[in-house]
Amino acid sequence: MIISETWLRDWIDIRVDVQGLADRLTMSGLEVDSLKRAGPELRNVVVGRVTAARAHPKKRRLTVCDVDVGARSPLHVVCGAPNATVGARVATALPNATLPSGHVMQPASIHGIDSQAMLCSGMELGLEDSSEGLYLLGEDAPVGQRVDDYLELADWVIDIDLTPNRGDCLSILGIARELAVLTGSTLKQTDVPGCAAETERVIDIAVSAPEACPRYLGRIVEGIDDQASTPVWMRERLRRCGIRPIVPVVDVTNYVMLELGQPMHAFDLDRLTGGIRVRTADPGEVIGLLDGSELRPDRQTLLIADHQRAVAVAGVMGGTDSGIDANTRNIVLEAAHFTPSVVAGRARSFGLNSESAYRFERGVDPELPLPAIHYASALLKNIVGGKPGPVVDKTAKRCLPKWPAVRIRHARLEQVLGMHMKVDQVDAMLRRSARGVTRKEKYWEVEPPSYRFDMQHECDLIEELIRIHGYHRVPVSFPKSIGTVGKLSESQLPITRIRTLLTDRDYQEVITYSFVDNAVNGLFDDNQDVISIANPIADNMSVMRTNMWSGLVQAAITNLNRQQRRIRLFEVGRTFHANDGARREILRLGGVVCGNLAPEQWGQASQEADFYDVKADVEAILALTGCSDRFTFKQFNKKGLQPGQSAQISHQTRVVGCIGRIHPQVQRELDLESSLFLFQLDLGMLLYRQIPQFMKPSRFPAIQRDLSIVVDTKISSRMVLDVVIEAGGKRIVNLNLFDVYRGEGIDPGRKSLAFGLTLQDSSRTLTDEEVDSTISEIIAALNRRFGAELRT
Amino acid sequence: MNEASSQDLDALVREAQQAIRSVENLDALDEVRVQFLGKKGLITQQLKRIGALDAVERPKFGNAVNQAKRTLEANIERRREQLQAQLVAKKLVDDVIDVTLPGRGIEIGGLHPVTRTMQTMEDIFVRMGFEIADGPEMEDDFHNFEALNIPVGHPARAMHDTFYIDEQTLLRTHTSPVQIRYMQEHHPPLRIIAPGRVYRCDSDVTHTPMFHQIEGLAVDETISFADLKGVLIHFLREFFESELQVRFRPSYFPFTEPSAEVDIGCVLCDGVGCRVCKQSGWLEVLGCGMVHPQVFAHVQLDSERYTGFAFGLGVERLAMLRYGVDDLRLFFENDLNFLRQFR
Repeated sequence: MIISETWLRDWIDIRVDVQGLADRLTMSGLEVDSLKRAGPELRNVVVGRVTAARAHPKKRRLTVCDVDVGARSPLHVVCGAPNATVGARVATALPNATLPSGHVMQPASIHGIDSQAMLCSGMELGLEDSSEGLYLLGEDAPVGQRVDDYLELADWVIDIDLTPNRGDCLSILGIARELAVLTGSTLKQTDVPGCAAETERVIDIAVSAPEACPRYLGRIVEGIDDQASTPVWMRERLRRCGIRPIVPVVDVTNYVMLELGQPMHAFDLDRLTGGIRVRTADPGEVIGLLDGSELRPDRQTLLIADHQRAVAVAGVMGGTDSGIDANTRNIVLEAAHFTPSVVAGRARSFGLNSESAYRFERGVDPELPLPAIHYASALLKNIVGGKPGPVVDKTAKRCLPKWPAVRIRHARLEQVLGMHMKVDQVDAMLRRSARGVTRKEKYWEVEPPSYRFDMQHECDLIEELIRIHGYHRVPVSFPKSIGTVGKLSESQLPITRIRTLLTDRDYQEVITYSFVDNAVNGLFDDNQDVISIANPIADNMSVMRTNMWSGLVQAAITNLNRQQRRIRLFEVGRTFHANDGARREILRLGGVVCGNLAPEQWGQASQEADFYDVKADVEAILALTGCSDRFTFKQFNKKGLQPGQSAQISHQTRVVGCIGRIHPQVQRELDLESSLFLFQLDLGMLLYRQIPQFMKPSRFPAIQRDLSIVVDTKISSRMVLDVVIEAGGKRIVNLNLFDVYRGEGIDPGRKSLAFGLTLQDSSRTLTDEEVDSTISEIIAALNRRFGAELRT
Repeated sequence: MNEASSQDLDALVREAQQAIRSVENLDALDEVRVQFLGKKGLITQQLKRIGALDAVERPKFGNAVNQAKRTLEANIERRREQLQAQLVAKKLVDDVIDVTLPGRGIEIGGLHPVTRTMQTMEDIFVRMGFEIADGPEMEDDFHNFEALNIPVGHPARAMHDTFYIDEQTLLRTHTSPVQIRYMQEHHPPLRIIAPGRVYRCDSDVTHTPMFHQIEGLAVDETISFADLKGVLIHFLREFFESELQVRFRPSYFPFTEPSAEVDIGCVLCDGVGCRVCKQSGWLEVLGCGMVHPQVFAHVQLDSERYTGFAFGLGVERLAMLRYGVDDLRLFFENDLNFLRQFR
């Protein structure tokens, strides 16, 4: 909502400057977004009257004018505008005038004729975006007066960011009323001029949807002057409030809307067939709108129609074939009340931007149509003349919004605000803002004004009171009760711990969008359970990710493209899945690693990170749970991963994640020069940790033995170690695989595994014989199961 | 005592002392020790001559040999200490390194600045007795709008450019639905914060389609607007570690009343006026208010018995102010050159 300060001051006397006014509004909930001067400072630009005009002797399109600027003799000015006619009052830039464009006016000879000044267009004055001809000032403009004084350009334009509950403030009147409530001052005027009927002619109006349109007022005005133009003062006010002047009738309806808040419409009477019908849309109906668009309204859309066709979308926008144009002589003025919910969201759903709908959906004072239609007719009479007929009023009283009295309890007020408020103070503030107030012993009965759609509950009044009183007057305290006592078990593993672990291992956290490219997501999942967004913001953000890698790989690529060589990223977030109509979100950790294990550095050969380096990071995370032995890695095939280098991670029987190298094919599709290692873990399974259980350390000596065996390459190390532990029993206190070897000295198809065993008993020192026999059992078991032999 | 014997012994001692003085390393010194004092050493050998001496001379000679042994042992020990000291001194010289060379190994990574900011925020609220709650990012219309007093057609819906999955399912446009879910499952007194991702169908210089909020909710029998002011002023001063100016301005949210927007004195210009605060000296940082009785009605809580406050904080906004980041979009570009600044 943009308003002009001078216009506002027509309605209210407040002895504060515009900044003070803006601060007061902002601090009461009407946030002032900006304050700007209404127009440029126009030094040496004065009102001039063209007293004579003759054609330029050499150039036919130029005129040589005599312009009276109040000096002893008129100035001679060469001008190219078509409307430089005798009698016109125009803005005349005198020598040394600086125009908003920066141009400095200097006398000059134009094709042999001296031009002593310059006649200005609206664009040259900085008042219009484009101009055809000179900016014509009113007949009343005093010759010689500074133009910026005449146009009151020292005015301020106040842009207010209104919240949706304050539809009542979408007008000059509304803001003035609000200021009166806030400051306790009174409005200068409460009524607007009326205009009596001069003919008997009435328009036939029938409202078939009174719930949607409880009040519809129409008035015919006949015989308007189609040559008249909108006076400068009105054009200026419209411009300042952000509305482009069009033709007088439309300008007047807009002016009334800005001043009073009542959206109005004018139809060309001669283009209406029969009378006006307010009804919902018929199936298949089409209407061409003023903005040039064509609309197919649904059955719930409320229309204004004549006896043949729709002529407007109620409260939103007029139709093109009933609209006002430069030849219109007879009109019908409309001022109606449309129910907010009927208009709400309509304009947006049609993709229309409408000042009218903006007001109706927030609620327009149902008592405003009558004064508004009178005011508009009065303004029209002054500008374009014409004879108004009687106002036709179709009101369904039972459907008008009614605001029942609201009760506000003093105790409740003080409880919610947490402060004491004096009864008299509350009483006075309520009387300023309400239509009627009845004071009882412990409460007030408050009758809301017709324009306040936001005063229906006790809490509305509490807000109203503290808004008027000032939020800064509310004291500062802390909640009295302790609220909830935070519960945190040692067995909860905080996500922060996992994040810290990864950052300490040189990973950088990233945050990527939850919506991803369907194709990229599909590189790692079959997309069976993918969820699409109905209205994505871009094609490559159209589905919810089902894995963490689509975003991470993208982040890796971004950085590879920016000359990063070593990349280690992780992200904590959710993946989204559809399962038989149900939707599921899984909290996950994803990681991507590319390039060297350590940053390039002196004294250490660079080494590319491989599967096992990344696996160590994953194992470290699993170790945080205190029961890493319950997690197993199993070779498996997963879309997007290289088959021989990927593993599924399980916690006992439940799959909790996977790790692997990107499939060479996928790597090629993504145009990646280097390979990537990826991992993903379901955090739901990891956020619980085992609380340690004390076991007395043995005081007896431990015995170390190394064992080196040869098995088939197909036998996994995990299988071998499992058998060692099973055969060795609980005396094995440590088992460490320290070498894996294939090659010379070992049969092809076989490999050597070497591991160190630590044996210890908790109650006594083991004898050599016992150790030997345990080792023999282990070797025998390995031989039985895998055909393992001791390496010689 | 036999003259010759004692002369021999003296010569031997002198010879040994000469050898001890001239050795230059510990191994050679040990060889000298063996040569003279070992089992078959030259001094030890002298004792064998004792049998050839008079009974009178014997003790004398024995003493002399032992004396010579002790002298030489002492000489050897002294020489050993000298050599060891030389060795250490040499090692010190040889082992000088360039201590300014960087250490080897991996570096440390870092958290995303949004996470870092969120953790700071959470910590402050946890210290004030708030618990952390959570809710789905794919929400239904009821929890995201309806229960928050934003029915279909409400103008406030126009401010939430919503991503839809289907007619009833959307990506939450704020963290406020967690309020509803929490109140449906828990009884007052309640004090929670709900951090998380939110989504709006909007993307330009100052908007990203995904961002983060922290929702706060406190419900009890005596919660007041004054308490809301206390908690938020405390939070803001803790977060910015400064005795900031804080002001509460009336505003409108369908699910709170009275509602407020909170401004802080601009942290970049100290309230003097700059580009970021649009010369006003104030920065809007959050929205809040007293829980609307209609919201309590939706979760079957008695609004006569209970009152509550709620607030919503934009994490990126606070992170930008805290770290001086001037472009929101940087948070989601994931450029390491940006992210590494927050280690």
